[in-house]
Amino acid sequence: MVFLTKFARFGIQAARQLRAAPLATPQWRSIHVSSFLDAERRYTDKHEWVELVTNNTAIVGISSYAQEALGDVVFAQLPDVGTELKQDDECGALESVKAASEVYSPVSGKVTEKNNLVEDTPALVNTSCYEKGWLFKVSLKNPDEVEKLMTEEQYKTYLTTSTDH
Amino acid sequence: MLQTYVHGKDAAACLESICTADISGLLSGSGTLTVFTNEAGGILDDLIVNKVSEKELYVVSNAAMKQQDMGIMESAVSNFKSQGKDVTIEFLAPSEQSLLAVQGPQVATELAQLLPKPELLRQLYFMQTLSTPLADLPNVRITRCGYTGEDGVEISVPSNRVEQLTEALLESGKLKLAGLGARDSLRLEAGLCLYGSDIDEHTTPVEAALSWLVAKRRRTALDFPGAAAIVRQLKVGVQRRRVGLQTLEGAKSPPARASVDIYREGKLVGQVTSGCPSPSTGRNIAMGYIAETWKAPGTRVELKIRDKFYEAEVTKMPFTKANYYNKPKQ
Repeated sequence: MVFLTKFARFGIQAARQLRAAPLATPQWRSIHVSSFLDAERRYTDKHEWVELVTNNTAIVGISSYAQEALGDVVFAQLPDVGTELKQDDECGALESVKAASEVYSPVSGKVTEKNNLVEDTPALVNTSCYEKGWLFKVSLKNPDEVEKLMTEEQYKTYLTTSTDH
Repeated sequence: MLQTYVHGKDAAACLESICTADISGLLSGSGTLTVFTNEAGGILDDLIVNKVSEKELYVVSNAAMKQQDMGIMESAVSNFKSQGKDVTIEFLAPSEQSLLAVQGPQVATELAQLLPKPELLRQLYFMQTLSTPLADLPNVRITRCGYTGEDGVEISVPSNRVEQLTEALLESGKLKLAGLGARDSLRLEAGLCLYGSDIDEHTTPVEAALSWLVAKRRRTALDFPGAAAIVRQLKVGVQRRRVGLQTLEGAKSPPARASVDIYREGKLVGQVTSGCPSPSTGRNIAMGYIAETWKAPGTRVELKIRDKFYEAEVTKMPFTKANYYNKPKQ
């Protein structure tokens, strides 16, 4: 029997039918060491988010849209501490029941921590993608990269206007 | 799916000229899985052939292989016709005829409520087919088969009535719509091949562990495409074999999917053709081809997924017990 097995990254039919999930404002205040930082979450067109923790460290995860499109995450492979990443490098993978999806680093830098909880309980990516389900932390090589990514507003527009993510 | 009717007293002989099944030997009202083969013994498609009557076959093959399959069947038919044989072919366009797969242990109970003669289902065993009124429809074809390893039926229904029938089936709330992702998990757990992934023109029925599809009579008659190559493989063996694989109990590992390499003590010995997490067993399951030496269930192997090695073992298929509605053994 045949059916198409090639699942495009988040481009599956189900994903297209999803409403852009309402994106909550950052609820991660406790980890913000500096209150003057504009700790706004930024997004990539591949549905990773990145948020500054200090001037030169950031935390990375995938968006609510991404986790919904992916479905139940059953395995997470995250970059090891010390890994040097360039922006857009493939640095890990999330496996759902339906498909495997690569994780791309939204920024350049060195991995300082990975979320072991997510490796043990991959479903955290589904239940808490902006909080407990974060993926890894990076010490930034080029903090300007963050500024150039989409704001929450822009990302929302991107989700509603683009037909194929 | 491509639905086809082949008519005429030579219909069975005609289809036998392009596949490996003993269609003449089928009882009326029953069907079989079979494969179209090429001269090298490679599999061109897998399909179900039902013998509606001695003069009528109902064939269901893969939609993705539609153009090829129509060509194969059409040329067999015109070949037979040119020899003065009695056979005609009728391809049902999807705009005219649809196929609904209704699968699961509760299907018979649910379907019975829409049948004027519910007792019909009790005598309709796995791989049998009949024509009956259903819901408000005067005539549909119900075949007890499917692609999930579960009891279930496939219902062939005119396309202009398919929505109405679907809604009638969903009415009680017991049946639910399922997508292809769910179906892929089920067919993998059942150890069923996906054409284009687990079998294709470069794999033979023997390599694919589908030797049972090559009927006894046909092995002797050697009268299907690739018969010589396939029967030779049956005698002398093959280099690789399709096997089931599963990760070890309690192991944390990603599901191995198509094209993941299989290693044994550091040496490349095979490749995965499809895989997924198995909701029923709680493990990751897969199927793939492995060197003949390592095909025995229980053999430990390593799967290389994104440059990391994960332990797995060769496993008997199906991964979960099939639940077909088989005729009780007499």
